[in-house]
Amino acid sequence: MAAEQSKFDPVADGRGDPLEMPRLACGAMAASKPYVATPAHQQALGFPGELVEDWQDKAIARLGELLEESRSLRVYLDACVRCGACTDKCHYFLGTGDPNNMPVARQNLLRKIYRRYFTLSGKLFPWLVGAEDLTKDVLEEWYSYFHQCSQCRRCSVFCPYGVDTAEISMAARDIMDSIGLGQKYSNEIIGKVFNIGNNLGLQPKALKATLAGLEEDIEEETGVPVRLPLDEKGATILLVTPSADFFASPHMEGLIGYAKVLHESGVSWTLSTQASEAANFGMFVGSQDAMQKIALRIRKAAQDLGVKRIVFGECGHAWRVAYSFLDTLAGPFDFLDRNYPVPQHICEFTHDLIQQGKLRFDKSKNDEFRLTFHDSCNVARASRMGREPGGQFEIPRAVLRAVCNHFFDMAPDTIRESTLCCGGGGGLLTDELMDLRLKGAMPRMRALREVAEEHGVTHMAAICAICKAQFSKVLPQYGFEMDAIVSVHQMVSNALVLTGSRQEAELDGKAEVALQEA
Amino acid sequence: MLTSVFAVMLYMATLVMAAGLGHRIWLYATTPAPLKIPTMPAPTTRGGVVLRMLSEVVVFRSLFKANKWIWLFGWVFHAALALVVMRHLRYFLQPVPEAIVLIQPFGVLAGIAMVAALVALWARRLLVPRIRYISSPSDHLMLVLLLAIGASGLAMKFWAHTDIVAAKAFCLGLVYLDWQPLPADPALLVHLTLVAVLMLIFPFSKLLHAPGVFFSPSRNQADDSRERRHVPPVRLEAVPR
Ligand code: SF4
Ligand code: SF4
Repeated sequence: MAAEQSKFDPVADGRGDPLEMPRLACGAMAASKPYVATPAHQQALGFPGELVEDWQDKAIARLGELLEESRSLRVYLDACVRCGACTDKCHYFLGTGDPNNMPVARQNLLRKIYRRYFTLSGKLFPWLVGAEDLTKDVLEEWYSYFHQCSQCRRCSVFCPYGVDTAEISMAARDIMDSIGLGQKYSNEIIGKVFNIGNNLGLQPKALKATLAGLEEDIEEETGVPVRLPLDEKGATILLVTPSADFFASPHMEGLIGYAKVLHESGVSWTLSTQASEAANFGMFVGSQDAMQKIALRIRKAAQDLGVKRIVFGECGHAWRVAYSFLDTLAGPFDFLDRNYPVPQHICEFTHDLIQQGKLRFDKSKNDEFRLTFHDSCNVARASRMGREPGGQFEIPRAVLRAVCNHFFDMAPDTIRESTLCCGGGGGLLTDELMDLRLKGAMPRMRALREVAEEHGVTHMAAICAICKAQFSKVLPQYGFEMDAIVSVHQMVSNALVLTGSRQEAELDGKAEVALQEA
Repeated sequence: MLTSVFAVMLYMATLVMAAGLGHRIWLYATTPAPLKIPTMPAPTTRGGVVLRMLSEVVVFRSLFKANKWIWLFGWVFHAALALVVMRHLRYFLQPVPEAIVLIQPFGVLAGIAMVAALVALWARRLLVPRIRYISSPSDHLMLVLLLAIGASGLAMKFWAHTDIVAAKAFCLGLVYLDWQPLPADPALLVHLTLVAVLMLIFPFSKLLHAPGVFFSPSRNQADDSRERRHVPPVRLEAVPR
């Protein structure tokens, strides 16, 4: 059956029921593995450079430690009853048919070791309860399949006990790091954040130049001198945004949107070189230490700059870390203005201004876009916006509806809490995993195809740097335009009418005056 | 002799189950939950969490969203089991409370429903390839065990009638530490033995989902991380307190 899988054709397979059950293709993705981290990348994070001599013992000992430290791991490893409710919920299973990509089967890869070494039944009757010795083969399986989980938590929504495979994957990756088998992509990036301040290794000088370039662009377009300040002490707001916003498309268009909104709000703000990255890959590799170290940069930047508020740009897992973990990892934030949420999402910020009637839009500027919205996993299932549960679904949609005339949701079982991962999250956004990423995106691409055919949808908006990068890569393969993926604040930017801008003048029928001024 | 063997067996089983479960629950309760990880959207208050938990435990809300067949069979099995257990209280209480008397006829129906649901669950496990793939021998055996318990119980009700009065005397005797002779009915002996086995394996098997569900951080945490600082009891040494 493996051969059948390799005939995957995104254009043909990109049509149909997004949640269609695949035929089981045992071992189809067993060979999918990301590059192994080099000794240098490993050691920079305090992990052994390569697989240690007594790796079995070390791995089992590390699992023991994690069991002591993490209630979720302990409960999830015990509680699963193999009911099968989660089996068809993972986009990687839907896209590949490999049964080890069924969430419970993925968990079982760790569970069988847990049972063998930590439970009475597994010590006495391993064959009965599916317990196994930790062998090289098992380690190979771990490396393969725990890097086929984007930690999207879709399975957790449907499990009767909330078993969250993301937690299991994080633990497994932590164990692998601790015995010297790390993943190159994530660990290299974490090293860059430690050394330079952002995932891309973007130096302060380059950052400054980029921001100056964007300021020019905006002024040219609108006639308004909108600033993108960097390291300005005493600003009210620190904006922390994924570094992709500084150079990639459609990310950068989103950054322009934030800048315009912040300008229009009249509140002073700044970016920071020290915290020139919202992303926190410490979460992906399951390392609480790395996650905390990265989070503390943001606290430090906020203190150094003396800001009163922290606002996060469009990034999915960064928002999870910010919303759910930041206070725990790097708080308390008693030096900030507690009249505002700490931290706040840029969509919340924009939405508040819209509600207060402080932003003026010319929706017709977005008429060429027939939009849908992709809920990013970590925003949807691991965080919130606004005051009410579910605000993370409503607020971005409310912003989009305020700035464009044509908005259509995808099928209900593929959005909101049931949203389908883009296929590139959780530290998998690396070229050598392209086959996995392409197949993992299939359910989302099918859902998009449906609204494209039914409602003529042309573009999909997202609020996650990883989603945007992943879709830019896979959309063309599925027969869509590469730029069919847009930032939410790109749409805001298009429609926003800045006070004193050429667009405002035009809109007020003063085109001539504007021309003279120009 | 028979009476002592069964009495000791049932005491042992009860002891193992109580101690094993106690230990497991203690572990769950004392293992720290370092970070806030409720599956969103989640309730923002403790009261809301209680409601969420109730909806999971009473009507299997998430399972309903996931798969209607598994939900149907699973829910019928658990609801029927609850009724059947309540019906059995009449063997341990004297006088029998009014409510327990009232549910007797439903208890029998529930017994039948329970066995039917177990057959359906096992059929799924055997026939649906993805569920067969994730099942270990113990997953099948667990269903077989429960089926055998249900079937031996129903057998006593419908075919191999046992001496109910004597059986009740035996049960009450266990409770009051004043052993009474156990009727030597094969169906009853099988029934009791299997129940003892079930109690014995409870704390070492997936039956731990019963206490586990209450300790699942994705379900029992409130979504309030921006309002209330969550401070973990361990590690994260660098966290300023
Ligand atoms: S839904 Fe939960 S209990 Fe059921 S098989 Fe999946 S992880 Fe296990
Ligand atoms: S967390 Fe997401 S990617 Fe991982 S197993 Fe669950 S559904 Fe699949």
